[in-house]
Amino acid sequence: MNRNLLGWATCITMLVSLYLIFMYAPTEATMGDVQRIFYFHFASHWVNFLAIFCVFIYSVRFLIQREKELDVKASSAAEVGLVFATIGLLTGMLWAKPVWGIWWTWDARLTSFFVLWLIYWGYLMLRRLVESPEQRARLSAVFGILGAVDVPIIYVSNRVWRTQHPQPVVGGGAGSGLDPRMAWTLVVSFLAFTLLFFYLWKLRQNLESAQESVESLQRQAQLKGAA
Amino acid sequence: MNYLFASYTVIWLLLFAYVISIARRQKKVQDDLSEIQEWMDRQKK
Repeated sequence: MNRNLLGWATCITMLVSLYLIFMYAPTEATMGDVQRIFYFHFASHWVNFLAIFCVFIYSVRFLIQREKELDVKASSAAEVGLVFATIGLLTGMLWAKPVWGIWWTWDARLTSFFVLWLIYWGYLMLRRLVESPEQRARLSAVFGILGAVDVPIIYVSNRVWRTQHPQPVVGGGAGSGLDPRMAWTLVVSFLAFTLLFFYLWKLRQNLESAQESVESLQRQAQLKGAA
Repeated sequence: MNYLFASYTVIWLLLFAYVISIARRQKKVQDDLSEIQEWMDRQKK
C-alpha cells in the first residue's frame, strides 16, 4: 500500500477509534471511565506481538537467505515494537493504580512481559554495539528468534498461574466476553493500531536502509581516503 | 478520570516523540549524504 494512503487510512481509523472509545462504548459497571484505557492498552499489546512475530519471521528468513533487506525489516519491527510495548507497559500501570491500588506487581504476566521489554532493549543495544554489519545482522537475528520464545510464556502466564492481572476477557473460555459495543470499539482500535504499526514500520525501514547505505558509503570513502 | 487522561496523554506523547526521533535521524542521514557528496566532488577535482 502507498505510504501516503496508509498514513491517511491510519489517521481516519484512529479518529474513528477515539470517537468509539469516548462516545460509543458503554461505561464499564465496576471500574467506570478508567476502563476506557483498555482499548488502546490491549491494541498496543496486540501490535507489540505482531511486531515480535515480524522480528521472528524475518530473523529466521535472514539466517536462511542472508539478504540485507530481511535484517532491515526485522530490526525496524523490533524498534517499532518497543514503542508499542512501552505504551502497553505504561498504560497498564496507569490502569492498575486506580483499579488494583498499586502501580506494579511481580506476577507471572507482568514479569514475563517486562522480560520481553528488556529483550527488545537488549536487541537494539546489541545492534548499536556491534560494528560489523554482517555480524550485527547475524547476532540480532539469533537474538530476535530467542526473544520470541517469551511470547508464548506471556500468553499462557495468566491462564496457567494465578496472577494479579485478570484472566483474558477475549478468548478466555467460559465466562469471558465483551458487550458488543465494547467488542466493536476494540476491533476498530486493533485496526487503527495495526495500520499505525505498518505505517511506522515502513518509515523505519526507509530510515534503516538509508542509514546502511550511508554507512557503506562512509566506509568506502574512508578506504579511498586511506589509499 | 485523571488516570484515563494521563494514559491517553502518554500514548500520544510517546508516539509523537518516536515520529520526531525518526525525522531527526532522517535529517542526520541527509546531512551525512551531503557531506559524502561534497567529499566526492572534492576528490574529482
